[in-house]
Amino acid sequence: MSAVPLHRLAHARAGDKGNRLNLSLIAHRAEDWPLLAREVTEARVLALFAHRGATAVRRYDLPALGAFNFVIEDVLQGGVNGALNLDGHGKSLSFLLLGMTVEGG
Amino acid sequence: MAFDRPSADLLRIGCGSGFSGDRLDAPGPVVEALVAAGGPAALILEVLGERTLALAQRERLHRSEAGFEPALLDLLRPILARCAAHGIPIVTNAGAANPRGAARAVLGLARGLGLPELRVGVVEGDDIRGTDALADLDPWEGDAGAVLEPEKVIAANVYLGAAPIAAALRQGAQVVITGRCSDPALALGPMLAHFGWAADDWDRLAAGTMAGHLLECGAQVTGGYFADPGVKDVPGMATLGFPIAEIGADGGVLITKPAGSGGRVDRQTVTEQLLYELHDPAAYLTPDVVLDITGVAITEEAPDRVRLSGARGRPRPERLKATVSLPGGWLGEGEISYAGPNARARADLAGRTLLERLRLLGLEGQARLDLIGVVSVFDGDAGALREAEASSPPDLRLRLAFASESRAAAERAAREVLSLYCCGPAGGGGVRTRVTDRIRTLSFLVPRERLAPRVSLLSLEGEA
Repeated sequence: MSAVPLHRLAHARAGDKGNRLNLSLIAHRAEDWPLLAREVTEARVLALFAHRGATAVRRYDLPALGAFNFVIEDVLQGGVNGALNLDGHGKSLSFLLLGMTVEGG
Repeated sequence: MAFDRPSADLLRIGCGSGFSGDRLDAPGPVVEALVAAGGPAALILEVLGERTLALAQRERLHRSEAGFEPALLDLLRPILARCAAHGIPIVTNAGAANPRGAARAVLGLARGLGLPELRVGVVEGDDIRGTDALADLDPWEGDAGAVLEPEKVIAANVYLGAAPIAAALRQGAQVVITGRCSDPALALGPMLAHFGWAADDWDRLAAGTMAGHLLECGAQVTGGYFADPGVKDVPGMATLGFPIAEIGADGGVLITKPAGSGGRVDRQTVTEQLLYELHDPAAYLTPDVVLDITGVAITEEAPDRVRLSGARGRPRPERLKATVSLPGGWLGEGEISYAGPNARARADLAGRTLLERLRLLGLEGQARLDLIGVVSVFDGDAGALREAEASSPPDLRLRLAFASESRAAAERAAREVLSLYCCGPAGGGGVRTRVTDRIRTLSFLVPRERLAPRVSLLSLEGEA
């Protein structure tokens, strides 16, 4: 087991609806999906976004697509129309997720 | 290639715009690819964001003929004659707050292009201001507890489905202009008109909706918003090909792009866009169908040709989503750069000084600081990441954002950044300030039977 940046194992895209954010997480190699399922838990993602006020995370598993969909509540500080943040859509936050380190191997 | 009777022939749908602000020259190569392919085809232009419609409504208050997408004619000018000549209808939500005004502008363009016979379909009925529907709204789950004050509403629009678009096409519209409708409906409308799918053929409607969802953001499925050098490389970023979906009568879906264009279409680009702005993958709610993508399989059939199968549909929701826009106060922003020795300490001092000034002035509102070069987008409003990050880059930029119900307070806060020139730390430069009024949007649900979508056909001779 060794620490691996999530960015090396997967890619991601962010989308917004109001104050909710969805982040897809897609394994580069299908065989890494179980590792991601074990490591990238709802609790870890919630902790990663806690400083932005996230209140809940729901993970939807899509093994056939080698992917996950995370829905994160109240993380956009009001969303595109209310946020003081330069990125009110949270479009850059896919790379906050990919900055996570996981135990790989 | 008329859309006035059902056909089982393959239908190609190209997308020439994925949002208001997209590349204006994108539609041309898509239209050329559709013409070269030769079969039945349609083009969609998606240009209407949540916020865009409220801004358009305000625009219309000032000028009654305005209120639609300002770039519409720039998008259409290079392609309108070609599409009309080859029977390729154009479907767009560029109508925004004034679909009829947009149609009149398109007819004016058609006259100038020597197309006096052009027929433009207009879909209305999404705007529910002043109707009973506005009094019969339930907050959407994401906005639970929201209370609506009707007198403050700037815009209130329901997401309509594909049926009115299909009706306009069956009546012979060569351009169809809508206000608010679901983005996938722009593509599903031509499919309904062409194939004659029944309104409860849920699996086919689901497949068509999935195709529309993949098309609706333009290049986001063909290599746009995707490149990550060394990890996910994309050729030809400056000439990205916009997407074309090939739809079969049985609901088969294949995504491709014009030959010779930049970008890429493969499992990775398609998967990212398939999940874009999705919540529960088993229940993507649209006005036409509830789409379940959990069983979708993605197959790379050939270079830049990706097939999707296995979309499942369930009956459409009985209530439709409405977006209501309200005044959202004011935002004052200012930025100033500090560079060279001790830049971080000078920028931090400037930030502390700004917050103290706002307090001394007694401005009512909410402030946020960013230190661009240390952290510009990941942080929370409290600045926890900025404070935890001790690095001192040689060149950085302090940003103040101040939200207030008062325009004067927002302006004063922005001015305080400007005042740092003479009253702030040493060496501050490059101040920019900006004050904008804000729009707050809330989502509600409205019973379907409260709505009455209307379809009209306009030409230079008048309304048919």
